[in-house]
Amino acid sequence: MTQSNMVTAINSALQQAMTENEDIVVLGEDVGRDGGVFRVTEGLLDKFGEARVMDTPLSESGIIGTSIGMAMAGLHPISEIQFAGFMFLGFSQLVNHAARYRSRTRGSFTVPMVVRTPVSGGVRTLEHHSESPEVYYSHMGGLIVVEPSTPYDAKGLMIKAARMDDPVVFLEPTKLYRLFKQEVPDEAYEVEIGKASTIREGSALSIITYGTMVSVVRDVVERKKVDAEIIDLRTINPLDEKAVLDSAKKTGRVVIVHEASLSFGAGAEIAARIAEKAIFELDAPVIRVASPSLPYPFPGYERYYLPNAAKISQAIDKVLR
Amino acid sequence: MSGVLLEKAVFDGDIEYLQVMDEAGNMDQSLLPRELDDNKIVEMYKYMLFARANDAKMLSLQRQGRAVTYAPLVGEEATQIGSALAMRKDDIFVPTFRQHGVYLVRGMPLEWMYAYWRGYEEPIPKSVNGTAIIIPVATQMPHAAGLAYAQKYKKKDSVVVVYVGDGGTSEGDFYEALNFAGVWKLPLVVIIENNQWAISVPREKQTAAKTLAQKAFAAGIGGIQVDGNDVIAVYKATKEAIEKAKDGPMVIECVTYRLGLHTTADDPTKYRTDAEVESWKGKDPIARVRAYLTGKGLWNEEMEQKTVQEQGKEIDAAVEKTEHPKEDPKSIFTNVYSFVPQNLQEELDDAERNNFWQDGSQ
Repeated sequence: MTQSNMVTAINSALQQAMTENEDIVVLGEDVGRDGGVFRVTEGLLDKFGEARVMDTPLSESGIIGTSIGMAMAGLHPISEIQFAGFMFLGFSQLVNHAARYRSRTRGSFTVPMVVRTPVSGGVRTLEHHSESPEVYYSHMGGLIVVEPSTPYDAKGLMIKAARMDDPVVFLEPTKLYRLFKQEVPDEAYEVEIGKASTIREGSALSIITYGTMVSVVRDVVERKKVDAEIIDLRTINPLDEKAVLDSAKKTGRVVIVHEASLSFGAGAEIAARIAEKAIFELDAPVIRVASPSLPYPFPGYERYYLPNAAKISQAIDKVLR
Repeated sequence: MSGVLLEKAVFDGDIEYLQVMDEAGNMDQSLLPRELDDNKIVEMYKYMLFARANDAKMLSLQRQGRAVTYAPLVGEEATQIGSALAMRKDDIFVPTFRQHGVYLVRGMPLEWMYAYWRGYEEPIPKSVNGTAIIIPVATQMPHAAGLAYAQKYKKKDSVVVVYVGDGGTSEGDFYEALNFAGVWKLPLVVIIENNQWAISVPREKQTAAKTLAQKAFAAGIGGIQVDGNDVIAVYKATKEAIEKAKDGPMVIECVTYRLGLHTTADDPTKYRTDAEVESWKGKDPIARVRAYLTGKGLWNEEMEQKTVQEQGKEIDAAVEKTEHPKEDPKSIFTNVYSFVPQNLQEELDDAERNNFWQDGSQ
């Protein structure tokens, strides 16, 4: 066991995955000599060499597109896109090809690859450095989308992603990179894809959340001393519908909290599934807490935009009323 | 600052143009690759005939409502057959949506092609050593660079040959892939199938650059322009690029012409003149090889008839075989991930249980 933050936990996962499988290569802007702008890939170049750890040209579509080709030829690339806002330049490659090559060829070609990128805000940074794009990558099918909220889950999900024969979009909340440390096993271990984690059991209400909002929700619940069950999705797609429905049926009251904006967000999908399959077991309407339906503002206005403790607290009061 | 203007070139580049057989079928023997004996040239010719016959059949099926939107290759046979025959068995090709001739040479079963253009994807046989038909323009280019990187990483001798059109050279993915290939010195050969028209937009509206081949220079790699209607020149340029690919990539611009439609959804009379089309018919890639072979006594009308008949039978058999595809709607659910996610399984079960597919034949 080692006390790790999310950065060192992912770094440890990458080192172990690369040691275990020589077909894994790491590529991206500044991932080599610089170790990545958040230092997630630090030390990999020295340990594994230039053929496996590549500082690429500035070329997001090129990074993702070449990763697809590498994966089709038997490698298992793990690429880094420096910020989620830049990843849209490679969106076409992800949606049109990474997500479809297996089905297009009936499995003749598979695309085992991971695309990592820092997501979400709360760190007062420049425009296009704070987006929460999980739904874009989840909607069309074909991609797996994960977003850990703890160092432990980050390492376990990365190990699992690196062993799968599928394209995985790996979203890393910037704010959580160094926010806290946690005991993380030294050895390689897997966290199941598509499996939510119940991080707090409760019977009065269910709060479904993920990413940056997990720790905010937990603080509010502890402060308010409500008997809330907190579900951390960890995987956005495929959604762990069973965990959501089981908890909704158990408590009868549901609040969904995410940082991505409200309209057409993951909360809409979750609320719809609850409405379809558990509505008669609810005691109150489902409430969504999310950022307003507008582009991410400049850092000066960030605190007016992000869901905060007050907003979550009010939603809890309302659903319990 | 001295104020002296230094007239010193900091970049030196020329694009050469290669033609081996002219429009009348006259061969420059000094440029003819030694391995291209008479038999080989007859083989090239037969492949070009086959590609054109196959194209005509697909087009007629589409016109009868028996195939989906199709992108004909007519006029571009030399570019495709010449480059494909220059590949070695283990070389990997990456097509767009128009390289039917390349698939033919690489041994893709005709039934696969007819199934595809009639709406059904089938597994790609490993022996073909090629990737899938790609529709979004130039997006296959980075895949090719990645495939080439993997060959290098795994210390394989294979070279990747990727195709792209004249319009495709305007896309970001074209340049991004070239740039990666240059920086990583990848074993990659880029065939620009310059057929002069990107649907209705002519070549001169794609770029102010005099040649498309010179775009290679910006990525620090070599480029050459060849007569894309000269099967020998295309073969020769591709062969040489493949032989040198371990030292780095190469761009080959094949200057050809789309005699037919962009796709079956398009009407070229809206944007180009008959006179232009007629002038390119005079440079037909097949006619010049026929003239050459006939002149040497290697080909005659009787052989032509026999070949056309045999090829027609083969094509008809493939059409027949794909006339009544066995549909398995479940398979579109099970080929998305390495596993079937629970939510997707539920959608599949729901469809099966409630007989949503009973009207699927409509």
